[in-house]
Amino acid sequence: MKAEDVRVCVLRMEGTNCEDEMALAFETVGAKAEKVHIKQLTGVVPADMRRSLEDYDVLAFPGGFSAGDYIRAGAIFAARLKSSVGDQLKAFVDAEKPVLGICNGFQILVELGLLPAIKESMTQVPTAALYNNDSGRFECRPSLLRNDNRGKCVFTSEIPKGKVLTIPSAHAEGKLLSSDPDFVAELEDNDQIVFRYVAPEGDAAYPWNPNGSPSDIAGICNPAGNVMGMMPHPERVLTRFTHPDWTRGYDSEEGDGLLVFMSVMKHLIG
Amino acid sequence: MTVVEIRIELKKGVADPEGSNTRKTVESLGFKGVNSVKTVKVFEMDIDAPADRAKEMGEEMCRKLLANPVIQNYKVTVR
Repeated sequence: MKAEDVRVCVLRMEGTNCEDEMALAFETVGAKAEKVHIKQLTGVVPADMRRSLEDYDVLAFPGGFSAGDYIRAGAIFAARLKSSVGDQLKAFVDAEKPVLGICNGFQILVELGLLPAIKESMTQVPTAALYNNDSGRFECRPSLLRNDNRGKCVFTSEIPKGKVLTIPSAHAEGKLLSSDPDFVAELEDNDQIVFRYVAPEGDAAYPWNPNGSPSDIAGICNPAGNVMGMMPHPERVLTRFTHPDWTRGYDSEEGDGLLVFMSVMKHLIG
Repeated sequence: MTVVEIRIELKKGVADPEGSNTRKTVESLGFKGVNSVKTVKVFEMDIDAPADRAKEMGEEMCRKLLANPVIQNYKVTVR
């Protein structure tokens, strides 16, 4: 497969607001990204607007406030998708095609039961929750993220293990919770932990961990490694100019976030 | 026609920042002795179905959409 043959579905609905950056991120690494409204997959639309998930190689859920965060962040997007094209979505994931969810996209993946998906690829009900930040408010600042994945996640294959990236966080509900007390150990055993919040030195106490997530977890993948969700926004740091230190010695032409998109392309095109 | 009330509340042990902030604020307004504040969400639905079926529907809605079992409990009552 060549880069320009990689077709990315950036799925949006009322209230998503990061679809432009998400599509730009995939286009920057050479893929063909299309912003697709959920109704183009599920609803009654004119024939030429109709889209099918199986025509895409990558599915990406952008950030924002889908359906106004009503009920719970991501719950309405997930329910609408699951009730209409749930089978196609499961087939997409089971075919090990890459699925990315950023911020509200991560919340949607959790509500869909596609993450953490420890026992099956898509659970009937959510087995985790992205709950209110400990601070009780929206947290918005650059985060330091360390790649802790041992090699399973297709979105970090080009990022050396232990490398720290500067990626902005902007969310109010990012604390990963589960009712299983051994949750973090299971994620660790399955190599499902992708990014952790770290501090320049010492513990990643607040505000470095903006939400109070256990074990400073910022992003996880499914056991197969093809579905990844993370709270911070790599699509906002595609060039050096949106890196917070771009006038203070950050010397790469590429932004840190681009590595996530380069990794999945490398995985697809070899 | 049946009216059902669907009450979604946080499970024990799940922090309730909105509740605790509200508690602090009512205290600062001079209300003494407010030991805790819990926020709950209530949906009231008017359903064209007999009471037992409407209650079943409400419970299914909770499982499919209205509650996340990791953090929330639900209770459906017919009014």
